[in-house]
Amino acid sequence: MADTILRTDRLSKSFGGLIATNGVSLDFERGQVHAIIGPNGAGKTTLINLLSGDLLPNDGSILFNGKEITNLPPNKISQLGIGRSYQKTNIFAEFSCYENCWVAAQSRLNSSMRFFRPASHLKAVRERAERALELCGLSRRHNSRAAEMSYGEQRQLEIGMMLATEPELLLLDEPLAGMGSEESIQVIELLKRLAEEHTLILIEHDMDAVFSIAEQLTVMVNGRVLATGTVEQIRNNQAVQEVYLGEDEEEL
Amino acid sequence: MSALSRFLPLSALLVLLLFPLLGSEYYVGLLSRIIILAIFAMSLDLLIGYTGLVSFGHAAFFGIGGYALAIAFQDASVIHLWQALPLSLAAAALAALLVGWISIRTSGIYFIMITLAFAQMFFYYFFESPSYGGDDGIFLFLKPVLMIGSEDILKLEQENNFYYFALSCLVAGYLLLTMILRAPFGKVITAIKANEHRVCALGYSVNRYKLVSFVIAGTLAGLAGFLEGAHSGYINPSYMSWHESGIAIAIVVLGGMGTLYGPVVGAFIVVLLQDFLPSLTEHWQLLFGSIIISVALFLPRGATSLLPRILALLRREKSEDASSEEDPLEKTDG
Repeated sequence: MADTILRTDRLSKSFGGLIATNGVSLDFERGQVHAIIGPNGAGKTTLINLLSGDLLPNDGSILFNGKEITNLPPNKISQLGIGRSYQKTNIFAEFSCYENCWVAAQSRLNSSMRFFRPASHLKAVRERAERALELCGLSRRHNSRAAEMSYGEQRQLEIGMMLATEPELLLLDEPLAGMGSEESIQVIELLKRLAEEHTLILIEHDMDAVFSIAEQLTVMVNGRVLATGTVEQIRNNQAVQEVYLGEDEEEL
Repeated sequence: MSALSRFLPLSALLVLLLFPLLGSEYYVGLLSRIIILAIFAMSLDLLIGYTGLVSFGHAAFFGIGGYALAIAFQDASVIHLWQALPLSLAAAALAALLVGWISIRTSGIYFIMITLAFAQMFFYYFFESPSYGGDDGIFLFLKPVLMIGSEDILKLEQENNFYYFALSCLVAGYLLLTMILRAPFGKVITAIKANEHRVCALGYSVNRYKLVSFVIAGTLAGLAGFLEGAHSGYINPSYMSWHESGIAIAIVVLGGMGTLYGPVVGAFIVVLLQDFLPSLTEHWQLLFGSIIISVALFLPRGATSLLPRILALLRREKSEDASSEEDPLEKTDG
């Protein structure tokens, strides 16, 4: 029945006295969109950083496709098929849009320790980069310098670069952060398309977006998992309504 | 621009090729020194301008290339190029591998400090080693030869021949680096300079690429050191002093980092200034310093960025002229 792609077991991370992630045990099912929500400071980004290898946990373990990846560096985790996008746009600002995707696509060569033939001769890399550009909707911005593009386009490029590495599992840290409503709609469409072929783990504050994409939801508060389950289960969960969703409604 | 950018280096090369026909032996010798320095600075640019590694100890590999030649052949009756050159390159590459292996684990100011410390260690080792001449260094009385049958086809003892030999090394180094930078490897190191963290997140083991870049740069610096030792016939610890590393950084910055021709132009500027300024005033170092400061302030992308700027200005004026000429036509149309 359930096919787990990623599993965390009592995963913990603290910074000095602050416990950012506290004993998080979660199963992520293959092919599903799993959103992680929670108030600011709940430890969502820390969790993503642990999954992508940007941070090393103090305790606990992470299994990807049944293999232990707990203490692997980010480059090894990326090579295993876990791609991530960053909350703060993290691109090569002086490169063109295409070159950004090129560098990402080239990472799937057995080795880039190649010194003789021009990189542009590599057909497989070119195709991968172009496919990623098309997927993230930036084909028309092919030669634009990344720094000159709008914020929303940079966010799209951020996703495009991740796609160019052809990951199996996508970690998305607030893909809609700071986007206008028009751009948001585009990116939500993109995420829906990606969800057809990938597993997505997604942090997002935009509740409408979360409810329209996600199948599984985890609510985190103060570094702990408050509740996890299907969207329906979470909606009806008493504790969640009190702590999190309730607050939101009051704010509204 | 692309036609011009192809035309300019080729015409510069042509001038360099023809120079010995016109110039005196002194100036041919000076030009050889400039070319050797250009190779050295170009190798450093691979680190500073392309990989984002500011090495303050690059002179160590320059000196090791020279010392390898001098130590192995100080008592030899003949120096075979095919033995001496690979030896110098291998010695410099090995040293770069060792220094790089440790240094690339640090970044920013720590990388600067650690490369400087390594270079100083090499400096004091040779400075205090009686068997290698201490601070007096080692003299070499022979030039390397390349024998075909019983004939030396290089005849490097002639200044002009040495000049052409050094020039071919510069061109070969330039072409080699151009090729590397276009290849997949080059894409990775330029990306590392732009955003190292992201390169790692994309799945590259960043340190391996940095190390290979460091070794390539060190080896090329070793080539420059080999040429300097062979040219001057004298190698001493000052080759690897921090002053020499600093001059190399100044050349790269003056000429324009991140362009391979920048350091070549920079080497010309620095050596010619050092040759010319002392004839103006004995306080020429002050002048020299203020020139470096003005370039850093007003031309942050180096002296070679001046030409594209002027061209852009000219083109803008031209297009403004063209548009003002078109105006009357538009009016008659309207």
